[in-house]
Amino acid sequence: MSKQYVMGNGAIALGALSAGVNLVAGYPGTPSSEIIETIAKYPHEGMYVEWSVNEKAAMEVAAAAAYSGARAMVTMKQVGLNVASDPLMSLAYVGVKGGMVVVSADDPGPISSQTEQDTRRFAEFARIPVFDPSSPEEAFEMVQDAFDCSKKYQTPVILRPTTRVDHAYASIDAPDVFEAKEYEGFVKDSKKWVIFPRLSFQNHAMIEKRNVKIGEEFSSSRYNTVAGSSEKAVVATGVSYAYAAEFLKDCPDVRLIKVGTPYPLPESFLLRALEGVSEVLCFEELSPYIEESILKLIGKHHSKINVRGKLTGDVPPSGENDADSARRIIGSFLGLEISERGADLLGAPLPPVRPPVLCAGCPHRASFYAVKKAMKGKKAYFCGDIGCYTLGNAMPLDMVDTCLCMGAGVTMAQGFYHMDPDATAFSFIGDSTFFASGVTGVVNAVYNAADIILCILDNSTTAMTGHQPHPGTGRNLMATPVEKVSIEKILTAIGVKKVMTVDPLDLDAAVAAVRECAEIKGVKVIIFKSPCVAITKPTGKMRVDTEKCIGCLRCIREIGCPALSVKDGKAVIDENLCTGCGLCAQLCAVKAIGGV
Amino acid sequence: MMKKDILICGVGGQGTVLASKIIAASAMEEGYAAHSAETIGMAQRGGPVTSHVRIGEDAYSPLIPIGGADLLIAFEPSEAVRNLKYLKKDGFVIVNCVPVKPTTLGSSEAYDGKAEIAFVRSMCDCLVLDSDELCAPFGSTKFFNVAVLGAAAGVGRLGLSADTVRDTIIRIVPERFREKNLAAFEAGYQIGEENYANQ
Repeated sequence: MSKQYVMGNGAIALGALSAGVNLVAGYPGTPSSEIIETIAKYPHEGMYVEWSVNEKAAMEVAAAAAYSGARAMVTMKQVGLNVASDPLMSLAYVGVKGGMVVVSADDPGPISSQTEQDTRRFAEFARIPVFDPSSPEEAFEMVQDAFDCSKKYQTPVILRPTTRVDHAYASIDAPDVFEAKEYEGFVKDSKKWVIFPRLSFQNHAMIEKRNVKIGEEFSSSRYNTVAGSSEKAVVATGVSYAYAAEFLKDCPDVRLIKVGTPYPLPESFLLRALEGVSEVLCFEELSPYIEESILKLIGKHHSKINVRGKLTGDVPPSGENDADSARRIIGSFLGLEISERGADLLGAPLPPVRPPVLCAGCPHRASFYAVKKAMKGKKAYFCGDIGCYTLGNAMPLDMVDTCLCMGAGVTMAQGFYHMDPDATAFSFIGDSTFFASGVTGVVNAVYNAADIILCILDNSTTAMTGHQPHPGTGRNLMATPVEKVSIEKILTAIGVKKVMTVDPLDLDAAVAAVRECAEIKGVKVIIFKSPCVAITKPTGKMRVDTEKCIGCLRCIREIGCPALSVKDGKAVIDENLCTGCGLCAQLCAVKAIGGV
Repeated sequence: MMKKDILICGVGGQGTVLASKIIAASAMEEGYAAHSAETIGMAQRGGPVTSHVRIGEDAYSPLIPIGGADLLIAFEPSEAVRNLKYLKKDGFVIVNCVPVKPTTLGSSEAYDGKAEIAFVRSMCDCLVLDSDELCAPFGSTKFFNVAVLGAAAGVGRLGLSADTVRDTIIRIVPERFREKNLAAFEAGYQIGEENYANQ
C-alpha cells in the first residue's frame, strides 16, 4: 500500500483495480475521461481496457464480460448514458453474473455538458442500485462495494459521481500491485441470457422484490449517516454533503443526514434518521431526487414533516451548489445570522467576458473560415456537433447554427435540406465523433438522396476530452500500432461519390474544395486533415511587420485567434501562443504577416 | 496543525494545474492533508480557470468558500479581480500584471490590466509580478507557473519550506524541463524575498 495524490476519477480507477476488475470499457466525456486513462496506466494479467467507439458499444462489451462471471466496469458522462441506455435498460432485466459497475458522471452547472440530467433518476428508471459518492476517498471505497453489491444481486450497479468529485484531488491509500479476479467463463443458458417477453415479465417481478431487499441492506450501509439531533434536519447527498458538513462543523447539534445510496431508497434508515424531526431541508444538485423520495416516504407513513428544498424554492432548481450557497441556504433554514464574507468589491473594474475559444493555431478555425469564405453571400445552414469545434460558434467565426448531441449535425443537415433544398446544408463533425455516431447518418443521407456537404474536421485525436486515441489513430489502449480505420474507405463503401481531403491551413485549396462541392448534387464530403495543435510541435512563429501593417485589423475581425491583438492601432502576435499556422498571413491584404 | 486555503486563478492554458499539483504534493510531503479541485474541460480552452488548494484536516469540501482564501495567486490581472471575493480579510495576493486580452475586438483594445492592478493594490496586501520580465531568461512565459510559487515561498506566504517545493519540482516535472523550472523557481523566490520586508 502507498499513498497517492489522485483525482476523484483516479480514485475510482484505483478502487476498481483493487476490486480485481477484469474488463473496463468506455467513451471519453468530461467529467469521466480520466477513469479509463488511469486504469490504462496499470496493465496486468487478466485485465483488459479499451476506449470503445461509443458508450453503447462499451456497455455491450462490458455486459458480455459480466455474463462470463468477470468483473466489468463501463465509464461515461451522463449524456453518454443516454447513448448506452438501450443495452442498459434490457441488461437491468437480464442481469449479470460476475459484477458490473456503470460509472455515469453527472455535471451540475453544467460545466462541460449539454444537460443537467440526474443519473439517480436513470437508476430508478432502470430499477438498478446507485451509489452517490461525496468525495474522492468515498468514491474509492464505493466502487469496491458497488462490485460486491452487483455480484450479490446479479444486477448492474451505477456509481454516480459529479464533476466536483471527479475533478477533486485527494490522497488515497491504494495497493501497489493489482490482481485481476479469476472468473468462470460464459456458461450457456438461453433461458437466462436471451431476453424474451416471458423472461422480462418474470424478472420484472423478481427485480421489484429484490429492490426492497437492497433498500433494507442499504439502510445499514456506512454511506448513509446521521449526526446531531435537532428538530430541524438537513439531508444532503453527493458533494453537497461536503459543503453542508463544512458549514455545520461548528454546529454539532444540527441533525445532518447523508444519503450515499439514493436508490433503492434506504427507507428504514431514513425513518430512523428523521425521528423527532419537524422540518427537513434537502440540499442536493440536479433534480430534487431525495426530496421527492422523502415526500413519498413520509406520505406513506403519514409523518408530519415539512419538506423543503428545490420544490419549495429554497434550493435553486439548476446549477451547482457550493460552500457559499450551503452557508446561505442552510443558514437561513436554521435561522442563523448570515454575515457577508469576502472583501467589498464595490467599484471593481468589470472583468472581461472570456468565453472558451479555439486554441491559437487550431486547424478547425481555418476549416470554418474556408467554408465561410466560400459561401459568402450564399444561403447555407451550418450544423455543428460535439467537440472542440462547437467553439466555431464564437464571434467572429459564427459558423455553428445548431448543436444538439453527438452525431446530430450529419442528420440535421439532411432535415434542413429537405425543408429548404435551395440552401446549402453543411455538417461539421470531428473524427472521433464521426466514428462514435456519424457513420449511420451518412448512410441515411446516401440512402435518402440528401444534398449535403459533410465537413470532417480530422485532427487525429479526441481533443476536447484530453486527446484519447480512436479507431482512426492507429493505436488503442492495449497495443500500438493497430490497423487504422480509414474514414475515406468507409465513405466510399457507403457510396459517397465525392470525397476530398484537404489541408485546412492551405486556405486557397480549402476554399476551392468547398466551392467545388457546392456545385455538385448529392452527398459530398471534405476531410479537413490537420493535427491538433495542442499535441504537436509548433511549426514556427508569425510576426507582424508594423511598417507594412495598415491597421485594417482584418486578421482580428475575421478569425478571432487568441494570439492576435491590437497594439497602437496595429495587429500584434503573441509569440508565446502562436503556432505558426499561417492563416492570418494568408488573409492579410497587404502581406504584412510572415514567419519569424 | 497548519490550515491554509490557496486559490490559483488564470486563463485556460496558463499552467495553473501544475502549480496547484506542486503545492499539494509539497504539503503532503510535509505531512499535511491536502485536497484540490481543478477546472477541466471546455473552459480550459481560453476561459477563466481556478484551482482550489486546501491544506489541513479541516477541509471537507473541494471548493474554498468566499472570504476563505489565505493566498490568492493570480496569473492575470482581471482574473485576480474576478476572484478577489475569495480572499480572507487579511489575505495576500500575488498577481501577474501582464494581461491576457479577450479575443473579441473592442474589449481587446481597452483592456490593459492597469486599472485591475491598481484596484488589487487598493484592496489588499499584494506582490505584483511581471511574467514577461520574470520569464525572459527562460524563453517562455510558460515557466511563470513555477516562478510564481518561488515568489510565494520567498515572500513567506506559502506556509511550506522552499526546499520541499524544490524537491517536489525535481520529483514531478519531466527531466528535460527540470533545470529551467528550478531556475524559474529561484528567480521568483528572489523577488519574493526582496519584497518580504515591505509587507
